[in-house]
Amino acid sequence: MSFTVTASFEAEIDELISHYPVNKRSASLMLLHATQEEFGYISKEAIEWIAKKLELQPINVYELVTFYPMFRQEPAGKYVLKVCRTLSCALGGSHKLHDHLCTKFGMDPHKHGLQTSKDGKFSVEFVECLASCGTAPVMMCNDDFYEGVSNDKAEEILKKCS
Amino acid sequence: MSNAATTETKPAVETIRIKVDGREIDVPKMMPDWQGKMVPTTMLQACQIAGGEVPHYCYHPKLPIAGNCRMCLVEFGTPAMGPDRKPVMNEDGTPKIAKSVLPYEPTTPRGAIACATPISPGMEIYPNSAATKQMREAVLESLLINHPLDCPICDQAGECKLQEYSVEHGQAESKFVEPKVHKPKAVDLGPRIMLDDERCVLCTRCIRFTKDIAGDDKLGIVNRGSYNTIATYPGTKFDNNYTLNTVDICPVGALTSKDFRFQMRVWFLKEAKSLCTSCGTGCNIVVGQRENKVYRYEPRDNDAVNGPWMCDSGRLNYKWIGRADRLSQLIKKQGDKAERISWTAATKEISDKLRAAAAGSVAIIASARQTNEELYLLKKVATKTGALTDSVARNGAGDKLLVNADKNPNSNGARLTGIAGAELGANIAKIAEGIKGGTIKTLIVFGEDVTKHGIGIDLLGKLELLVVSDILPSKTTEAAHYLLPGCAHVEKRGSFTNVKGRVQKFMKAVEAPGDARAEWEFLHDLVHNVTGQNGFVSIEGLFNQMATEVPAFNGVTWASLGDKGVTVQI
Repeated sequence: MSFTVTASFEAEIDELISHYPVNKRSASLMLLHATQEEFGYISKEAIEWIAKKLELQPINVYELVTFYPMFRQEPAGKYVLKVCRTLSCALGGSHKLHDHLCTKFGMDPHKHGLQTSKDGKFSVEFVECLASCGTAPVMMCNDDFYEGVSNDKAEEILKKCS
Repeated sequence: MSNAATTETKPAVETIRIKVDGREIDVPKMMPDWQGKMVPTTMLQACQIAGGEVPHYCYHPKLPIAGNCRMCLVEFGTPAMGPDRKPVMNEDGTPKIAKSVLPYEPTTPRGAIACATPISPGMEIYPNSAATKQMREAVLESLLINHPLDCPICDQAGECKLQEYSVEHGQAESKFVEPKVHKPKAVDLGPRIMLDDERCVLCTRCIRFTKDIAGDDKLGIVNRGSYNTIATYPGTKFDNNYTLNTVDICPVGALTSKDFRFQMRVWFLKEAKSLCTSCGTGCNIVVGQRENKVYRYEPRDNDAVNGPWMCDSGRLNYKWIGRADRLSQLIKKQGDKAERISWTAATKEISDKLRAAAAGSVAIIASARQTNEELYLLKKVATKTGALTDSVARNGAGDKLLVNADKNPNSNGARLTGIAGAELGANIAKIAEGIKGGTIKTLIVFGEDVTKHGIGIDLLGKLELLVVSDILPSKTTEAAHYLLPGCAHVEKRGSFTNVKGRVQKFMKAVEAPGDARAEWEFLHDLVHNVTGQNGFVSIEGLFNQMATEVPAFNGVTWASLGDKGVTVQI
């Protein structure tokens, strides 16, 4: 996907920047969120465009993008599966779930970070606490939240994804 | 003329009385920060005044304070206050000190980073207490968790703060048994810089330097946690003209100079205080040599000139010193016949010819790369023989930081000694005219290839006597009747006057090749023979003599130059 900024997106960005009259740099994170929302990921061109908007060097923005795991530098799949791996879920079997998903999509379960299936339909990643420790293991499929996800339940969830 | 040795009158400084390791000391309330602005004195500065260094990585006196390495943590206390806001006293009448402790754990000392904590009246700092030592041990242990411990192959070994502090404050063994995180090694950060991320302690000195001093915000920390690495933005290079300063200020072996990498263990280097000759700024440097080979230039602190920095182009401009084609033989040429002669014979023959020369038949072109002393001696010859003199201007691009547009290290020396006028090179056309017209029969050239500056090889051929002293061969040296091999500045002692009138001396680091002799030495003999005046055979005496005769240098002595020089009126 090429990085083409629409007039409405640029207006949205300018509006966001106007929230930070003292120092434009403070708008960095807001701009990154908005960009990922718009394009699905943050490309190199996007980083450079944001840096220019905020009168920063690209490295200043790049630092943030690499710091926060929620920012992606590659496009993700149509469905992003976020498996919680914090303590309660880890005890409740989240690694088994993660393994299952990775094996199913031909990914390496030991690799760090987000991985996307070859057909581009699914992405799987481990995340930290999703705030439902009592119903471990939990998982998110895009913005939908699922509790007590066994391998079987995961299969059912995947069936609904088309 | 104004007295060069300016005495600074210090106004009364407001002080604060504190205790460092139980010893009472008065320290200034305010001290200059990295930009020279007066700010409250920190505990680290107070400890330095008290005579003790607080170990630190990220703190650098000429960079903004970051406070991220935690190495300078110290235990401290402040006078206790009662509920009535009056100091609580001990039984013996001394103020009671409340040591800083954790809020809900009053037996555990709570240290503060000395680099960023201002002092207050009555404060007590304990840089050598057991608690402070424990803090240092813990910080070092944490910094070494992922460190590769590859000192035997690390260029920083011998001048590494991680090594030094580990010996002084660390533990012999690590408690860490887990696998270490591996990070990128031999990262090509720019044309002159190689980065080893595993050795990095993330102090951000390099980032702050390039952002705040060099004005080129190229570096940052990417990724996070134990995967943190110093990096440039992908596809860009860390390539400004000041990058090698980050190698100097890197407290560990993370940033290394590609030029110096794997060349020499630093403890073998013999060092000499010298000056950079690449432009008129005259940055103070330390020359590192071993077995007569120069391995590196490093900047030497001088707030009046360069601070702790220098530019990359100047720093790497040393390779010509050891070039194989350096002039190393004293040659006399008659027609096609060239022979090697002794200094004694050459000095006598040249002196005799100069003494016999008719007034006005001699011209001298002396480079503004020669020292004040040499130019002063040449001026004496010029005065005696009524010679027309000049230097060669050498202009290039300058920048806002250290690089000056004047590429001669001693243009002001040439002006002050009277070799050149305000505009260097203004007389060269006249000299060329004189040679063409036959009035000038003798030309003395020091350190310049005049064929590139308006006196062509055909004109040189018309001369009855051409005496040339230089370091490297050129068209002019080829045409010389007497070729006197000279010394690079690192092979002799002397002084330069920089663009701002700072007179600074430099020391000898290596021996000159073959017959080559310091120019001031044989010029001294020449001046003695030609003018009949006796001079000094030591550089100290010569400088002091010059200082009495050259008005601008009045009142300055070789000794008073010290390591950092003296500013004179230009």
